[in-house]
Amino acid sequence: MTAELRETTIPSDKDYVLLAIETSCDETSVAVVRNGREVLSNVISSQIETHKKFGGVVPEIASRKHVETMTIIIEEAVREAGVNLAEVDAIAVTQGPGLIGALLVGVVAAKSLAMALDVPLIGTHHIAGHIYANHLIGDIVYPAIALVVSGGHTEIVLLEAEGKFRIIGRTRDDAVGEAYDKVARALKFPYPGGPHVDKLAQEATEEVVLPRSWLEPDSYDFSFSGLKSAVLAEINRSRMKGETPDFSALARGFQQSVIDVVTGKAIRAAKEFGARQMLLCGGVAANRGLRERLSSLCEEAGVPLLIPPNKLCTDNAAMIAAAADLKWRRGQFSSLDMKAEAIMSLEEWSV
Amino acid sequence: MLIQSNHNGGTPAEYALEVKSEQDTVAFARAIAELAFPGTVLAVDGDLGAGKTRFAQAFADALGVKDIVNSPTYTIIKEYEGADLPFYHMDVYRLSLEEADELGLDEYFLGEGATLVEWASLIEPILPPERMHIRIETTGAESRMVVCRPVGEIYENWCAQLKLRPILKGEGTA
Repeated sequence: MTAELRETTIPSDKDYVLLAIETSCDETSVAVVRNGREVLSNVISSQIETHKKFGGVVPEIASRKHVETMTIIIEEAVREAGVNLAEVDAIAVTQGPGLIGALLVGVVAAKSLAMALDVPLIGTHHIAGHIYANHLIGDIVYPAIALVVSGGHTEIVLLEAEGKFRIIGRTRDDAVGEAYDKVARALKFPYPGGPHVDKLAQEATEEVVLPRSWLEPDSYDFSFSGLKSAVLAEINRSRMKGETPDFSALARGFQQSVIDVVTGKAIRAAKEFGARQMLLCGGVAANRGLRERLSSLCEEAGVPLLIPPNKLCTDNAAMIAAAADLKWRRGQFSSLDMKAEAIMSLEEWSV
Repeated sequence: MLIQSNHNGGTPAEYALEVKSEQDTVAFARAIAELAFPGTVLAVDGDLGAGKTRFAQAFADALGVKDIVNSPTYTIIKEYEGADLPFYHMDVYRLSLEEADELGLDEYFLGEGATLVEWASLIEPILPPERMHIRIETTGAESRMVVCRPVGEIYENWCAQLKLRPILKGEGTA
């Protein structure tokens, strides 16, 4: 534990175990985490053998898929952690934002466990989870800037102190992950095509230079739909002239534009708010081009950068435990009539 | 699993609107929003970059949604509070028909708000019996052909109220 514990109502000299559940979208995940940072298990549906039992790999979008895998994954996480359910001190669960039917499955499972074990329930914000995945790998120094880049989210979040979230920039149309997947569609890759575009861009020798969408000079918001249109227009232009579009040069041009804008704004935010640390998080943090550029920009600016390993960047329950730990240490619990929230404010979830 | 066909038989009439610019698309979305009621379903199709999300943003704005309306591709459904009606924004591109059926979308379609479904033709068999299909076709860098296909009396009346041009039989649209 690193932070000031002024509001702590829970004895901090005793080991504690949180069991966390995440079902906000595609993945069913359950983790067991000791003392807020030590991951004892972190089981994610798409990464285990459960699929075989249900005949093939299918997206976990449908609530029924979450229901089918939920109990198996809870059992697996508890077994792998080597703990007894009776040792669990609190149940954390993603309350929102996300797909309501998917969230509900996790929330109902979490409430049932909390009630059966007679331990507190901690409703947790999904994006706080992505950000606090960084706390599983290192100490966070405040103020910090978090760059959240995932399938469904692209946000710059200022953390002036532990657990205090302020969104200073967000996407006005596509999230970075969505922009990647849509460009991948235009380049004829199957869904989800983001990683294909990253790979193609890395291998490219040429670059079709595409516009940068900086928006208003002082804005930390993003917009990627114009860039998507530019890629499509370029493909059309080549075809009209009877040429074959150079997909790798286009992938490179697209990637360079996204990376310039995303890292440029994050660094500007770090400077403006005097950040002592940069946190990269979300599924798109796996993108090599993005990691490399942000690393070099942070080094230049003298701002230490944390990037969790890929398994903690994509949706997983260990990150939910890491965020829930903020509330656990302050004794801020949810009641059993807590509702899953498709829309949920990160700022209001602050400690 | 039960998927019922909800075609009314015959080829439904189509109506066209030529738009020259993004502003025209916005104006059309506003005009549609004026007519929206609880349970409105707009089934929107169009190629990547045609402006489906832009249309959705303008529609949401006209319903009095204050939040930023961004793409629901990843999360599939995003819900918003509007001043007049709740707004449900869906993108079913990455769903199979079976997965969409399991999501229980009827709760939205029959709910208190207005629903806009992007890539709706992928799930046409499970759309409600009455809905307005809107297909946005790219005809130039800025210009679009908006083709409306009303299913149900309410939406047929909409096309008349919006003074859309009926497309004659045999007339090509794309």
